[in-house]
Amino acid sequence: MTQEMAAETTATGSAIAAGAGSHAERLASLYPAGSLSISREEGLMLYRDMTLGRRFEDKCAEMYYRGKMFGFVHLYNGQEAVSTGVIKAMKAQHDWFCSTYRDHVHALSAGVPAREVMSELFGKATGCSKGRGGSMHLFSKEHHLLGGYAFIGEGIPVALGAAFTSRYKRDALGDAGSDSVTAAFFGDGTCNNGQFFECLNMAALWKLPILFVVENNRWAIGMDHDRATSDPQIWRKAASFGMAGEEVDGMDVLAVRAAAQRAVERARAGEGPTLLECLTYRFRGHSLADPDELRAEAEKQFWAQRDPIKQLAAHLTGQGLASADDLKAIEKEIDAEVSDCVSFALDAPEPDPSELTRYIWAED
Amino acid sequence: MAETLLFNALRDAIDEEMARDPYVCVMGEDVGQYGGSYKVTKDLYEKYGELRVLDTPIAENSFTGMAVGAAMTGLRPIVEGMNMGFLLLAFNQISNNMGMLRYTSGGNYTIPTVVRGPGGVGRQLGAEHSQRLEAYFHAVPGIKIVAVSTPTNAKGLMKAAIRDNNPVLFFEHVLLYNLSEDIPSGDYVCALDQAELVQEGSDVTILTYSRMRHHCLKAVEQLEAEGVSVELIDLISLKPFDMETITRSIRKTHKVLVVEECMKTGGIGAELIALITEHCFDDLDARPVRLSSQDIPTPYNGALENLTIIQPHQIVDAARQLKAGLI
Repeated sequence: MTQEMAAETTATGSAIAAGAGSHAERLASLYPAGSLSISREEGLMLYRDMTLGRRFEDKCAEMYYRGKMFGFVHLYNGQEAVSTGVIKAMKAQHDWFCSTYRDHVHALSAGVPAREVMSELFGKATGCSKGRGGSMHLFSKEHHLLGGYAFIGEGIPVALGAAFTSRYKRDALGDAGSDSVTAAFFGDGTCNNGQFFECLNMAALWKLPILFVVENNRWAIGMDHDRATSDPQIWRKAASFGMAGEEVDGMDVLAVRAAAQRAVERARAGEGPTLLECLTYRFRGHSLADPDELRAEAEKQFWAQRDPIKQLAAHLTGQGLASADDLKAIEKEIDAEVSDCVSFALDAPEPDPSELTRYIWAED
Repeated sequence: MAETLLFNALRDAIDEEMARDPYVCVMGEDVGQYGGSYKVTKDLYEKYGELRVLDTPIAENSFTGMAVGAAMTGLRPIVEGMNMGFLLLAFNQISNNMGMLRYTSGGNYTIPTVVRGPGGVGRQLGAEHSQRLEAYFHAVPGIKIVAVSTPTNAKGLMKAAIRDNNPVLFFEHVLLYNLSEDIPSGDYVCALDQAELVQEGSDVTILTYSRMRHHCLKAVEQLEAEGVSVELIDLISLKPFDMETITRSIRKTHKVLVVEECMKTGGIGAELIALITEHCFDDLDARPVRLSSQDIPTPYNGALENLTIIQPHQIVDAARQLKAGLI
């Protein structure tokens, strides 16, 4: 960073509301992604996916409080630009996706039908994990969702394995068409865990086709990122492993998408992994059981003003790519899809008790 | 038939399976260029290349998790624990990912993996290198656990484990790698879930596994000389137990002695005797007897180490007393 840029950064940083926090300052001082061109079709596709993610999660909160779903439920509101920006820059049912306990929206972006996701949350037989997994364990082999992993960091090695298979098929089995890329999603809290560093090392060492996507929402439940991390700029850790690292506005789906496209292109070309740090924020507590008492109002306000869906809507209408009516029509369709998935899940059968022990072994 | 050392029997099995199926691969510490700490993968790196025999950094939880992801997407990895004790670091991957994931995913994925390496108490290796993780992992659902004890079963079981579509924890023993015997040539495959009837007898059933099989054989020699007829069964499969073979034997002898190298508390014998009590209570003429290691970290001192694990004379004493009705 030049002195001039640093001065500019300070100036921009000081312009943000007092109490918005260092994470907000980082976002405000990000070097602008510039004007990213996008077609109407792409724009509407992104808008649809993000809207589905948001409205699906709002419906989950409603259903949780109505006693239709149980356990720990972690909603994704506010972070939609990351799921949509990355997954929609990849090839469905070809590339692989690996998630965490906050996995509903990754599953939806990957193409798992809302009916299957909602049914799973209701514990029904029609769920994508047959009612055995629940909110934190969504899986779909058909849609290349490697899973939701509930423990911090454990999904990263699994994602690395999928990336290894891709390279293995290409280089050990001679399948030139094997060019699938894997995206591993995880949060800022995970970046202080050993598996993160171990896997960055192996991915760079073997030039594996993988994107390490950090959804840095600043809070690991109640642990402020700056209190947990000696160098809060996660993307810079990439340099230690000799891999590409990038910091991106995680509230701007076009910026995330552009960064993901660059990373996917490198990965497909055999140039190895990328560490992509997306600065984002969750609009709700850690889970529906979290009283969310620690986050400052000014911080929440700063991020609420950068709602990724509203930003995309403003971009699409501002650029003349879509009208307000176009967007309303999409919202209406999504509302219908979400209500449909709830009705479907409510009516769906419970798992057959006689199949309690099924799926333990490969043969059953 | 050819005279083969146990580590070479394992190597031959892996080599044959890698030749048979290009999706079979090996990963772990020093498995490639170095050929494995106990030479179980010697020369395979040269034969199959660096991706199929992958030298990993020292990162047990991550490379074990990587094997899970590779298995979910089509490969059939064999993970070597340089020492099985190191895989305590991969407990999460073995339990949550290998063992539970197929179920949790509602059958979306299968995890065809073999996790293999040397376990057991060696000679003065100290507590951390002298673990018997078969007992620690026993409660994990969705994994098979086998323990090999001879070059012949090592070969046949390794081939079976690689072909199995489930995760298999495959325990070798650090002191058995240099055992040698004639082993069947060709495509020799054993059943993963079958115990081995080592020797027939009528007075006492001894159930054992891994290196303790050889301690039992020493004891049996003396017991036979004293007129105690022992039916010796090598469990082979520690999960699930081959209850058919076990039950059949107890119905014959009505007396059972379990000899194990793991610690007594929460050990293999603990579960085994619970099952025997459930399945064979009316067939027993005496309470089941368990000879296990002391519930302590294995001491370094050689004499103390010998006192920690079961010795042949203790097996002789226990079997003798069982036969005499003193227990």
